[in-house]
Amino acid sequence: MSVTSAPAAADTFPRLLSQHAAQRPEAPALREKYLGIWQTWSWRDTAAEVRAMAMGLAALGFKRGDNLAIIGDNRPQLYMAFAAAQSLGGVAVPMYQDAVAAEMTFVLENAVIRFAVVEDQEQVDKLLEARDSLPQIEHIIYADPRGLRNYNAPGLMGLEALRAKGDDFDAAHPGFFDTEVADGKTTDVSVMLYTSGTTGKPKGVCQTHEAFITAARGGVQFDHLVATDNVLSYLPMAWVGDHLFSYAQFLVAGFTVNCPESAETVMTDLREIGPTYYFAPPRVFESLLTNVSIRMEDASRIKRWLYDSLMMVAKRCGADIMDGKPVSAKDKWLYALGNMLVYGPLKNTLGMSRIRVAYTAGAAIGPDLFRFYRSIGINLKQLYGSTETCAYVCLQPDGQIKFDSVGTAAPGVEVKLADNGEVIVRGAMVLKEYYKRPDATAESIDSNGYFHTGDAGVFDSDGHLRIIDRAKDVGHLSTGAMFAPNYIENKLKFFSHIKEAVCFGHDKDNVTAFINIDLTAVGNWAERRNIVYSGYIDLAGKDEVYTLIKECVESVNAELATEGELSHSQIARFLILHKELDPDDDELTRTRKVRRGFISEKYAPLLDGLYTNKHMQHIETQVKFEDGRSGSIAADVKIMDATRFPAVNKAAA
Amino acid sequence: MTVAQGAGRQIGDVILKVDNISLRFGGVKALTDISFDVREHEIRAIIGPNGAGKSSMLNVINGVYTPQEGTITFHGEVRKDMDTHQAAENGIARTFQNIALFTGMTVLDNIMTGRNLKIKSTFIEQAFWFGRARREEIENRKKVEEIIDFLQLQSVRKTPVSRLPYGIKKRVELARALAAEPTMLLLDEPMAGMNVEEKQDMCRFVLDTNDQFGTTIVLIEHDMGVVMDISDRVVVLDYGKKIGDGTPDEVRSNPDVIKAYLGAH
Repeated sequence: MSVTSAPAAADTFPRLLSQHAAQRPEAPALREKYLGIWQTWSWRDTAAEVRAMAMGLAALGFKRGDNLAIIGDNRPQLYMAFAAAQSLGGVAVPMYQDAVAAEMTFVLENAVIRFAVVEDQEQVDKLLEARDSLPQIEHIIYADPRGLRNYNAPGLMGLEALRAKGDDFDAAHPGFFDTEVADGKTTDVSVMLYTSGTTGKPKGVCQTHEAFITAARGGVQFDHLVATDNVLSYLPMAWVGDHLFSYAQFLVAGFTVNCPESAETVMTDLREIGPTYYFAPPRVFESLLTNVSIRMEDASRIKRWLYDSLMMVAKRCGADIMDGKPVSAKDKWLYALGNMLVYGPLKNTLGMSRIRVAYTAGAAIGPDLFRFYRSIGINLKQLYGSTETCAYVCLQPDGQIKFDSVGTAAPGVEVKLADNGEVIVRGAMVLKEYYKRPDATAESIDSNGYFHTGDAGVFDSDGHLRIIDRAKDVGHLSTGAMFAPNYIENKLKFFSHIKEAVCFGHDKDNVTAFINIDLTAVGNWAERRNIVYSGYIDLAGKDEVYTLIKECVESVNAELATEGELSHSQIARFLILHKELDPDDDELTRTRKVRRGFISEKYAPLLDGLYTNKHMQHIETQVKFEDGRSGSIAADVKIMDATRFPAVNKAAA
Repeated sequence: MTVAQGAGRQIGDVILKVDNISLRFGGVKALTDISFDVREHEIRAIIGPNGAGKSSMLNVINGVYTPQEGTITFHGEVRKDMDTHQAAENGIARTFQNIALFTGMTVLDNIMTGRNLKIKSTFIEQAFWFGRARREEIENRKKVEEIIDFLQLQSVRKTPVSRLPYGIKKRVELARALAAEPTMLLLDEPMAGMNVEEKQDMCRFVLDTNDQFGTTIVLIEHDMGVVMDISDRVVVLDYGKKIGDGTPDEVRSNPDVIKAYLGAH
């Protein structure tokens, strides 16, 4: 390392990198499993490769303010590409690696991509295809040369060659790199993350070094992350969560980022690495638990008995023991036994033995799922944030965990509710702007600097934020009480017997619901009770099934009764739909979100039935069969009343 | 399917030539007077209806069967027949129509068996995992890991073969054949029984093998689409006789071939 004049404060990512390389050159920064062996890059290696890569880019003409597309699975070289672009004052633009060429075109065009660093042949092919319509793409640099030997497209280059070019450039321009790094400002945009764009075109969210470093510092202090921590990064690099955990916090805390061998080996790699800090969306936790349950069902009877009875102990006192709450001596003893026989080995199998902090976010997590992990001693917590806020708004403090809230405002973040119940936030982590979209920027950041998240929330009595719905979906009952359909639907869907639910209540006197039963779960339940049925329609109409679902609805009502303003949203009447909601019939989106408006029109007679005193309603609906033909289903659908409970406050419940 | 290949791959001289091969099992004439050649680095397909003698032809090439008449010229050396061991030592590896793996062993161990011929250390050395044995195992493991990476088998590395789906087993078989670092690879219906996606993957792997290692490939295949897409030249057999030979386009327009095989399509 050459000596820089006046060591600048480590307030940009490249400067953080050189600080780590200078202070702890031998410590592991990145690891990747290759040829069955974990290969390690020390901080010194990382800094040297980043430097060579940056100089190579500079030699090709990449300069301050340029955007660098980064596409591929989580690979050390790609994480280095972020730092390389930022070293030159450029902006990293990670893109989803599974997008097809046509989907990439918008972002490539919008961000005026001239340079791209990609993983392999698959991504090169896509970029070459996109280049037909976007000749601006000049340089494509790939990390893995496999299958690319015979490609001779102009501007295509391997990473090795780029680094060699970079070394030459560095020798010819001594001091260039250090000057470029020193010229970087904390207020420069460091990364541009495109929002998924479920509504309209994707928007590029411009985040500065300062924003992500603030968010990362806050998280690192909050959870006491240290340089010896390990994470496994396997979530898309274009996702804000991965950028915060595997890049920003990696450079702030200086811990080790481990990249799996391939997307299919994540579970094995997880066990080998034993991360101390872990982040996954609820579906990952769910599929892990499902695997465990299935394998336990195949286990011998003794093992099953042991597992079941010790899991009961864990359920009773596991979370309390972790939170340091008082627990009886007998339970403590039993839990210790369970830890030796079941929880410990189970955590080891899951690769979670060493986890100190695990986070989940991105979707609602079922209470049973959440409690399962906490009960076996995994400190699973929730956080709240979005791309526009560096995934950093609320965090759950240790020992104050609730499955239905996302915790308190993170250090340095100001969170409050707007008059319409929308969550608004202010702090250094708020986006600088949407790329080339001043209209959208002006719409989401108000004159006081608050970013409008678009989510509706409430604060509970402990000051924890609870996200209840998208703000635009929140309505009001005719009594004026708030009505959050998604929130109630999610509560219903946490029951394994309920597959889909659609709630109505905006401008109505009370809340009603359409329910779709889960054919597998309820079918299983029916078989065990010797209830004969011929198919979905038959099963959905059974009195026994109605009684079953009524119990679910009423327990949701009981929960809602304890939730202040939401106690008015208890479900008064419900029905079980005679057909499964289906994206082919336009009732659900392709990502399986209910299209409430469409459903209420299509099933208008049923909706009317819910708001009259009828106990049976006739309906005929059009359906599309899988071969493209269409037909109609006619049915008499029963409508049932559900018991509602008087509102109670939490202390009494 | 468009496949960018061939640009860097030079098709060389004839390395294998069979002349007037006839093979009989008692009164059954499996092959009658077959002659064709295989050039270095090419992908050569043998096609034909059921019972045309395709597998018999492969078995003659790698020495499982001894033909009654004819000669086999391999690397300039003329022989009456091949010997299986000789064939392997001369760099010929193969896969089988019906998967022939060690089902109780892991993928890794199965592929390691492909390195058998490369092991020079003695039994005693291996038993004590000492000196040369240790060094050799590390070298061989590295080579095997490269093949695992090449065929994307990382996720099943330690899985017993019996637990794998069919398409992956086929890929493991290819991996084991590749572990011997063959100069010529005989593939007996590598895509039989696969779904479209598995076939595409397998095509990609066969082409990549040919492209990256320069391996000469002789393959038997039923799927005409696959054959026409990936092979350089095609031999067509019917009832043990050769009825066509040439590039996919030539074969496709050959009236005898159309009558015997493609006519039904």
